[in-house]
Amino acid sequence: MAHTIRVRAIANGDTVQVQSLIQHPMDSGFVKDSAGKLIPPHYIEVVTFAAGNKTVFTAFWGPAVSKDPYLKFSFKGAKKGDTLTISWVDNKGMHDSTTAPIM
Amino acid sequence: MRRVIAAVAALAMLALTGAAPAPATAGKSNPAADLKAFQDYFKTSFPKVPFDDFVNGPYAVNKGMRAQWEQIMQFPPYDFELADGKKLFETKFANGKSYGDCFPDKGIGIAQTYPHFDAKTGQVVTLVDAINACRVTNGEAKLDVSKGPMAEIAAYMVSTSHGKRFDVTIPDDPRALAAYEAGKQFFYSRRGQLNFSCASCHVQSAGKRLRGDIIAPALGLVAAFPIYRDAWGNIGTLGRRFVECNAQVRAVAFKPDSTIYHDLEYFLTYMDNGLPVTGPGTRP
Amino acid sequence: MIAEASQARIGRRTLMGGTGLAVAAGACMVLRVPQAAAADAAPMASAASWPIKAFAQKTQADALQALFGSVTLETSPKVALDVPEIAENGAVVPVSVDASALSGVQMIALLVPDNPFTLTAAYPIAAGTAPNISCRLKMAKTSNVIAVVQAGGKLYATTKQVKVTLGGCGG
Repeated sequence: MAHTIRVRAIANGDTVQVQSLIQHPMDSGFVKDSAGKLIPPHYIEVVTFAAGNKTVFTAFWGPAVSKDPYLKFSFKGAKKGDTLTISWVDNKGMHDSTTAPIM
Repeated sequence: MRRVIAAVAALAMLALTGAAPAPATAGKSNPAADLKAFQDYFKTSFPKVPFDDFVNGPYAVNKGMRAQWEQIMQFPPYDFELADGKKLFETKFANGKSYGDCFPDKGIGIAQTYPHFDAKTGQVVTLVDAINACRVTNGEAKLDVSKGPMAEIAAYMVSTSHGKRFDVTIPDDPRALAAYEAGKQFFYSRRGQLNFSCASCHVQSAGKRLRGDIIAPALGLVAAFPIYRDAWGNIGTLGRRFVECNAQVRAVAFKPDSTIYHDLEYFLTYMDNGLPVTGPGTRP
Repeated sequence: MIAEASQARIGRRTLMGGTGLAVAAGACMVLRVPQAAAADAAPMASAASWPIKAFAQKTQADALQALFGSVTLETSPKVALDVPEIAENGAVVPVSVDASALSGVQMIALLVPDNPFTLTAAYPIAAGTAPNISCRLKMAKTSNVIAVVQAGGKLYATTKQVKVTLGGCGG
């Protein structure tokens, strides 16, 4: 079930640049549906990026992060061919994870 | 600049005052001349915009929007749906055949020729029509023509045409010319409570602000479809956008797969001939 | 500073180092189970670490207090904030923060004071990770966007206004 996460991790020298897109509604709780009912808040709270067994990046998100959230960051300490593990968990306890090779 | 606007306004007036030939006089229709006048108008109005860049709509004519769009395109929001479209396109029907069997070149790299005129039926066939026709031929139900799987499959097929240029042909057939003229007439005709034509915004006001939005020039207007619209939160077809545009000028919209929208798509895509296929795209 | 875990959030850091299965057990309503095999010993996202209090605040001061334990911001050109002057759509506002000019960055936070909740996103910066991030935010209306960078026990900030206008084309 790694369908919700798309990642591009590219090594350039000793720095790895990571871009990711996660499929998630990120409902703020302030938007009404077509029937006029408030859509309850449903958003990712934590995203973790790990290289090997080390967390290299953490994102704490609230309901005002855009739908299908995008992230870009870079870190040192990994190289081409290493594996990046990405995982998220949302306010309803749903979660997903995937791994991606560093290109 | 003012002279050019006047010229195009005159062109619009011509279309409005009935100078656009009716089917009976379709022999006088001259799409090639229209195409040149149309493209020249935008080249003159936006001398700094490279021709190929017109496919990028509002981003071609506004720096601030372009900067945001370039950031968005580092990881476009339609990525998931495009991947789904590829999967759907490659999935076999119950009878063992697949979409590729319905199209020349297995459906890869052919989107730039749509819409095309089918001499057998006398109808304009859009890519969306062709996808549904393929399903019906193979015993499958038609898909919704606005969004979802249809938009995803079309997005994938269009993406395989990247690097190719629009090459829509209008054969010397009175029915084809009539369809073209009907699309053109629709484009220049005012409608709705706001009394706007498509051209009111996309020709006369191209590049200007409409409240928070920048109006895309008519040249290149359909080149990035299907599009992911932020306002939709997913990918949609040109038919879906036509419905929305008409509703926005407070007109009663037609069905997304109505004949008149087919004709409009025929006219608009023909006007984009020579521009590179860039869909799927993103718009606010 | 991390807020207390609520009742619904079982455990804290202990889960972070656990296996995928441990995390799956920690989340109450599991709908997507991470593949245990793929997870190895890689740390997985845990809701327990989420600063719940900070995200619930409606004012800048309360959000800063909850997240950092301090409300004093020092405006600094070393915090480069890139936002559009006019958002093409309030639902998707690209934001980039680059605090590479500061050393020892511990956290980058993004505040939108005119949103219903002020704190929008917070990024703890691990050693070896560049203090340079990009993401996309929702803005309910025209507001300041404040990038707050915690470094060496101080809070540095840059503020820029983003205009959010109603779309004319049905946006």
